[in-house]
Amino acid sequence: MPSPRYWREKPNRFGLEAARCSNCSRTVFPTRAVCPSCRGENFEQVKLSRRGLVITSTVVHVAPADLANEAPYAMALVETPEKARLMVQVVDCDPSSVIPGTAVSLEFRLIRREGHGGILCYGHKGVPVG
Amino acid sequence: MREVAIVAAGMTRFGELWQASLRDLFVQAAQEALRSVGPSRVDGIFVGNMSGGQFVGQEHLGPLCADHLGMAGVAATRVESACASGGAALRMGFLAVASGAHDLVLAAGVEKMTDGGDVTSVLATAADQETEVYHGITFPGLYAMIARAHMETAGTTEEDLAAVAVKNHRHGALNPKAQFRREVSIEEVLASTFVAEPLRLLHCSPVSDGAAAVLLCPLAEAHKYTDKPVKILGSGLATDAIALADRKDPAFLEAVALSGKRAFEMAGVGANEIQVAEVHDCFAIAEICCVEALGLVTKGQARTAAASGETALGGRIPVNTSGGLKSKGHPVGATGIAQAIEIFEQLRGEAGERQVEGARVGLTQNMGGSGASSVVHVLERV
Repeated sequence: MPSPRYWREKPNRFGLEAARCSNCSRTVFPTRAVCPSCRGENFEQVKLSRRGLVITSTVVHVAPADLANEAPYAMALVETPEKARLMVQVVDCDPSSVIPGTAVSLEFRLIRREGHGGILCYGHKGVPVG
Repeated sequence: MREVAIVAAGMTRFGELWQASLRDLFVQAAQEALRSVGPSRVDGIFVGNMSGGQFVGQEHLGPLCADHLGMAGVAATRVESACASGGAALRMGFLAVASGAHDLVLAAGVEKMTDGGDVTSVLATAADQETEVYHGITFPGLYAMIARAHMETAGTTEEDLAAVAVKNHRHGALNPKAQFRREVSIEEVLASTFVAEPLRLLHCSPVSDGAAAVLLCPLAEAHKYTDKPVKILGSGLATDAIALADRKDPAFLEAVALSGKRAFEMAGVGANEIQVAEVHDCFAIAEICCVEALGLVTKGQARTAAASGETALGGRIPVNTSGGLKSKGHPVGATGIAQAIEIFEQLRGEAGERQVEGARVGLTQNMGGSGASSVVHVLERV
């Protein structure tokens, strides 16, 4: 991923900036120009809580080349209290313990090193709590 | 709109076809369709292809395919909707003939996946790059998440998933064009290695090369080419949020339901009138979700339909008599056309050992991404 593309995603990847539609209250993450539910164009900014519950999950055994030496690893769809859903890797645990209902905190981590230049790509990963 | 018929079909064997290039595969399938009925030229070509650019570094397939078919000059374009590219090409061909823009159209699909491309990464381009793939999810991973959600909400089990693979391999064993012409047991499926939990290797369709082509013309002119035309009664295309995170229920494929509804409405036929169907079983869970969303099986019974025999050859509504993507193979851009060819042959009574006796109305459903696009066609023997 060339660096401008990576740089412009920083507000949502680093800051978990989402938006709530002023018309229908749907939370969208990342932010969008048009609400997918009602086509509204007015949003208020929302910062997502750094925690959520697993909606569904998997353990990836056959990984993309960049992440081959991390496999097997858990991936989960996590819903935050603001009703936004994020696709995240879940780490620091037995991957098979990540199941629907698991509570996770969202922590700022290195996601991958990309390309020949080895650009460091950051974002959030889930870590089970409790 | 004019009524439209399929009058001829051709396809390569599906598999690891190292001796054939993308253009070779296309020409082989297209020539087989053309030779079977005799025209020397068509006036429109639609080529379904997901990612020639990334699999073999070749874009601009419209002119390439027309040229190698000896038809440079003809209106030709490539159609892309990820793994639903073939179904989308069929729909474009159908609309072009129905509208009167073209009188004889070749709707084809082709994919060359074994020439060294990083298949896992190329297929992942059909998911959301920024919010899904970036974080490490793969395509089998997305369907694994759909499977786990379906297990949570519908009580689907690993055995239910395995039964889909067992059934489709049993069908595919009877198909001379299939990549895997052998049966597998439920024990073999459940002992195969994990790709993305709960999906195992034998729940997944393979990486394949292949091409398929059909010839479309107005029904009123079909007798010029064949005495057994198959009419396209209805065509439906629908989309959903591309990312799994943005769908209300990750276990329900909304685009499949909507594309089915549109095709059924155009056809004036209900799901209960379908006698044979090809649906997009890229992973075992997908067949369960698709027969459910299309209404081919009563809601709540989709998970057990393969094991009970309801969707097997000889059952109430045989699904994926070709072997499906699982056993026949899944050269992604070709799949939607290959599905139409199976139903074309079934309705003409030419499916050999796989024949569903007396089949008059059939359905194809072809899906892109983790279900973000779906194309359904309803076909009828005339």
